[in-house]
Amino acid sequence: MIRNHILICGGTGCTSSGSKSLMEALEAELKKNDLQDEVKVVMTGCFGLCALGPIMIVYPEGSFYSRVTEDMVPEIVSEHIIKGRIVKKYLYTDAKEGEEVDATNSLNDTNFYKKQKRVALRNCGVINPEIIDEYIAYDGYEALGKVLTEMTPADVIKVIKDSGLRGRGGGGFPTGLKWDLAARTVADVKYVCCNADEGDPGAFMDRSILEGDPHAVIEAMAIAAYAVGACKGFVYIRAEYPIAVNRLRIAIEQAREYGLLGNNIFGTDFNFDMEIRLGAGAFVCGEETALMTSIEGNRGEPRPRPPFPSEKGIFQIPTMNCNVETYANIPQIILHGAEWFGSMGTEKSKGTKVFALGGKITNTGLVEIPMGTTLREVIEDIGGGIPNGKKFKAAQTGGPSGGCIPASLIDTPIDYDNLVAIGSMMGSGGLIVMDEDNCMVDIAKFFLEFTVDESCGKCTPCRIGTKRMLEYLNKITSGKGTMKDIDELEELCYYIKANSLCGLGQTAPNPVLSTLRYFRDEYEAHVKEKRCPAGVCKDLMRYEITDACKGCTLCARNCPVNAISGTVKELHVIDQDKCIKCGVCESKCKFKAIIKK
Amino acid sequence: MSNKNPVPFKGTKEQEQKLLEVIAKHKDQDGPLMPVLQEAQEIYGYLPIEVQKIVSEGLDIPLEHIYGVVTFYAQFSLAPKGEYKIGVCLGTACYVKGSGDILNKIKEIIGIDVGECTPDGKFSLEATRCIGACGLAPVFTVNEDVYGRLVVGDVADILKKYMD
Repeated sequence: MIRNHILICGGTGCTSSGSKSLMEALEAELKKNDLQDEVKVVMTGCFGLCALGPIMIVYPEGSFYSRVTEDMVPEIVSEHIIKGRIVKKYLYTDAKEGEEVDATNSLNDTNFYKKQKRVALRNCGVINPEIIDEYIAYDGYEALGKVLTEMTPADVIKVIKDSGLRGRGGGGFPTGLKWDLAARTVADVKYVCCNADEGDPGAFMDRSILEGDPHAVIEAMAIAAYAVGACKGFVYIRAEYPIAVNRLRIAIEQAREYGLLGNNIFGTDFNFDMEIRLGAGAFVCGEETALMTSIEGNRGEPRPRPPFPSEKGIFQIPTMNCNVETYANIPQIILHGAEWFGSMGTEKSKGTKVFALGGKITNTGLVEIPMGTTLREVIEDIGGGIPNGKKFKAAQTGGPSGGCIPASLIDTPIDYDNLVAIGSMMGSGGLIVMDEDNCMVDIAKFFLEFTVDESCGKCTPCRIGTKRMLEYLNKITSGKGTMKDIDELEELCYYIKANSLCGLGQTAPNPVLSTLRYFRDEYEAHVKEKRCPAGVCKDLMRYEITDACKGCTLCARNCPVNAISGTVKELHVIDQDKCIKCGVCESKCKFKAIIKK
Repeated sequence: MSNKNPVPFKGTKEQEQKLLEVIAKHKDQDGPLMPVLQEAQEIYGYLPIEVQKIVSEGLDIPLEHIYGVVTFYAQFSLAPKGEYKIGVCLGTACYVKGSGDILNKIKEIIGIDVGECTPDGKFSLEATRCIGACGLAPVFTVNEDVYGRLVVGDVADILKKYMD
């Protein structure tokens, strides 16, 4: 008889925080107390609150322990498991300091989860992703059964079309329409493909879905294959995600064992199987034609369209390609209907979207919200605000293809069209929060360095144009820029957008354009005043001594290059030509008289 | 072929045997090159021209095509890696939280630049793309170990563990 279930997160975030050794320690401790038959330890997928990992939840109470270390284990076992007394001091709380910790505070009551709506992530942190029976117990493969036994392919496409689901990988193309186009292609053999080459830095929702609920993707691909008339599926996944690859492998094998992949699935004449192909570290392979070229064993360069993948895809076979999160929504839509899905979200963006919250925010992690939630709700309520009392400056969405949303637009409801209208894009869902200490020109430069590095080199506007853009940005951040440079940079942006072959080049200027749009004053400060307002760009940084100086000479004695002069009890001065900006003086000064500008 | 630090190829017969088995396993599937190269790199640790030649003959794919593919993808390496592979994440979340400073500190301590290997073969250093541990930013990895929520001051102590 099992009386307690203990869930431990086995996602990448918590694994990096040591959840594996924690699990071993817990199992050993339970065994020591002869409880191994009464308490079941379950390794799950991502709960979302990665910042507080490793995360442990004890049922039936639902007590939510955060940042659990091995030395807390004996106490949790002896107090909570044996004596039934919840160890309050280890519980997660978003209560203010001094307030009583509510021991019954379960996961769903916390601010972090209250405004979330979990559809794509519904099983993450709930089931053990390495056991197919747990997925089936949560209605798994029921949608596939329904589709194969009660619906025609046209019915399936109609439901997906009616639901209003749009591609979650970036562009937001209507999924139903994509399926319809693929279904209309006449061919003996067709493929479906899952794009799990999640390359946007700062986005990890696809990884978490594959780690936490791999069967949902397998089931959805089978449904898609039935709808478009395909017999085989490919999953193209980043090799950087070893845990996700491994769990997907296990899941595929289990699905084959259960006859959910293979021939005559559910006793019908539908046959479908799939295989995994690994990426090798090329951002451009997230672009669907480049992805297909890569699977074929070539340099992952995009191809011109037409022909579209729905006519000529992998190995010239018509292929329908969707992103992981898009697939993860499919079984739920089939089970609950298009109307249910359409009831969430905004007019043109239905359902929910998963975001990876990162950067300068208290609750870094994974959140799933209904479309139309405002940025303010995400940052302040769910994300817990900006740490260290700093001010919110901007949020970056869409990775290297997206843009920055300034503080003045924090009340914008998040959906596909709103984000595009304010110069950013949904992208795959990375949401990086920046505070007043981040320099927007530096951020634009960071993304440009990324795209320059990742441009495949096939087309000139992207290969050479992004490089020239980076040169302008380097000039500006090192204090050598002119106002003319800013204008030329902007002009170049529009040229590259209009003339690049694939999405990478067409969107590469977005980080620059959006920061120019909202933070032009910062660019101008770098150029006109040779000053970095956030104090990030090293070449423009200077240390200065204020009136608070008492003339103690400590800074002058510690300066490695003797750049500080002044006599005892008098205001000291830094010789800017000699200063190497090492910051020793600032750290030594007891009167906070030295400031970075 | 330019190679910054030429290391003589030290492949063994056993490794070659393993590679030939890998080639035989994948030869008849569609698009065999990527999986073969991935497994070849697991066997040898890197993909020197000698290994590419074996793959070329085994799969009947021109060597220049293979060289083109190997040099296209960041994960394929023409040079051997150190015993301890250090990867500093420069994804956005880590960058915003100061992983650039972490990288500089590591460079200073082990005395090599990104893409290089220490002369004793102990450490190699990479600046990696997002490894998806954004919740723990900034992070760096040493082989399979992940270190997160770092400040610059933590770096020396962590590296010390691998120094002896």
